[in-house]
Amino acid sequence: MINPTEYVPKSFRRRVSTFWWIGTWAYLKFILREASSIFVAWIVVVMLLQIRALKHGPAAYAAFEKWLANPFILALNAISFFFLVFHAVTWFNLAPKAMAVRMRGKRLPAAAVAAPNYVAWVMVSAVVAWILLRG
Amino acid sequence: MRKRSDEPFLWLLFSSGGVVAAMLLPIHLLLFGFAFPLGWLNPPTYEKMLNLLRNPITRVYLLVLCSLPLFHWAHRFRFTLYDGLQIKHLNALINTFCYGGAILGTIVAIYLLWNVP
Amino acid sequence: MANRITLQVQRYHPQRDQEPWFESYEVPLRKEWVVLDALNYIKDHVDGSLTFRWSCRMGVCGSCGMMVNGVPKLACATFLADCAPGPIRVEPLKNFPVLRDVVVDTSDFLVKLGEAKPWIIRKTEKPLNEEYFQTPDQVDAYKQFSMCINCMLCYAACPVYGLDPLFMGPAAIALAQRYNMDSRDEGAQQRLDILSHSEGIWGCTFVGECTQVCPKKVDPAGAIQQYKLTASIEWVKSLVLPRGASPR
Repeated sequence: MINPTEYVPKSFRRRVSTFWWIGTWAYLKFILREASSIFVAWIVVVMLLQIRALKHGPAAYAAFEKWLANPFILALNAISFFFLVFHAVTWFNLAPKAMAVRMRGKRLPAAAVAAPNYVAWVMVSAVVAWILLRG
Repeated sequence: MRKRSDEPFLWLLFSSGGVVAAMLLPIHLLLFGFAFPLGWLNPPTYEKMLNLLRNPITRVYLLVLCSLPLFHWAHRFRFTLYDGLQIKHLNALINTFCYGGAILGTIVAIYLLWNVP
Repeated sequence: MANRITLQVQRYHPQRDQEPWFESYEVPLRKEWVVLDALNYIKDHVDGSLTFRWSCRMGVCGSCGMMVNGVPKLACATFLADCAPGPIRVEPLKNFPVLRDVVVDTSDFLVKLGEAKPWIIRKTEKPLNEEYFQTPDQVDAYKQFSMCINCMLCYAACPVYGLDPLFMGPAAIALAQRYNMDSRDEGAQQRLDILSHSEGIWGCTFVGECTQVCPKKVDPAGAIQQYKLTASIEWVKSLVLPRGASPR
């Protein structure tokens, strides 16, 4: 069998720009979704700092709480919160694609697979809030 | 026959980290990052926080909460560097930075959570 | 509605041009015309040197894939009226080498398609006079992925393929999955060994644009994510079960 690429005419190939993801909304949304992981990592860092402050005594913890109220940190965390929610929403909405859930032979509609994720999100958040707020 | 890849392991870490990050990090940030510092809700006292931390279940929970999302970041950021910046030829460096960072964060978490006074 | 519309078509002749360039043509704007009709009008009445692939003109052969205003489309399925008032930019399918005008070199895709082994693999063949039986539910399990017409719009939409030409790509992986999910097939393990590596399914970062542009609603992105899940489960099984004890 002839190797299909044996004769290669002088073809033209454009180099992909580093900024391939700008200019198309779909690609930009994709890169933003991926970038959300940076803010996920930042929040983990904040939690590690919180645990460390807790272990170092009430004064250290109070200083940590004060640091959280610093306007620059508040702004950073506000951006982080947006990206965390963006991550959660895109994650739950894509879950149905990764799992072809079938009942009685027919595939479940995407919303039916995504909805339980959202319900779980609310319930789990409520449990965490209850544990921290019950006093 | 190609050797079977270990990517499935990394993908499973990425996926479970994604679920943990999606389900739990928002409420933690909402409370500790905004509701308590800005006075929307009364924060738990230092004593209560320390008591919670002493509980071994809390510490396992926190280990999962800190470690898995870091592996989620590592995997996603590695591919963002490959595709966004097109520096795949530096992949040994990228992988070390990403997964190494996640492992480092996990070690820090284990160290912090191991003993609570 | 105006009665003319302009097409800006990318031209390239390998022996004459160093780089592609654009030529503008004015064509009649008929409400039932598609981009393919415009291209054929140009070739018949304006410029016979314009070169493009087409065949069935009804969206089943996969020959006429090209970029229309920056989006991968079938030329036979894109109405001029939907792009009015224009001008309409027509370029060759992205991420493939351009051979001439809007014709691209598809050989990379064809090689990768072969690697996915898109045929029924059996450990033991059935005799010729025996049939395979499939229930409607069994057909349903893979039917969506069988609709692929190999038009390569998904490859043009996939940024990973654009950045890494070694990546298998959406259609090849979706077609592998089409056979994996076919109850007559016994080749899932073989395909897994070929596809479960960093240029196979693990190169995909679930951008999802492949599914957006597919004219036959194959959902290659979904196929790949399902395949990742299957591959991961198989990987866990291969750790837990001794070598060769896996039932499939």
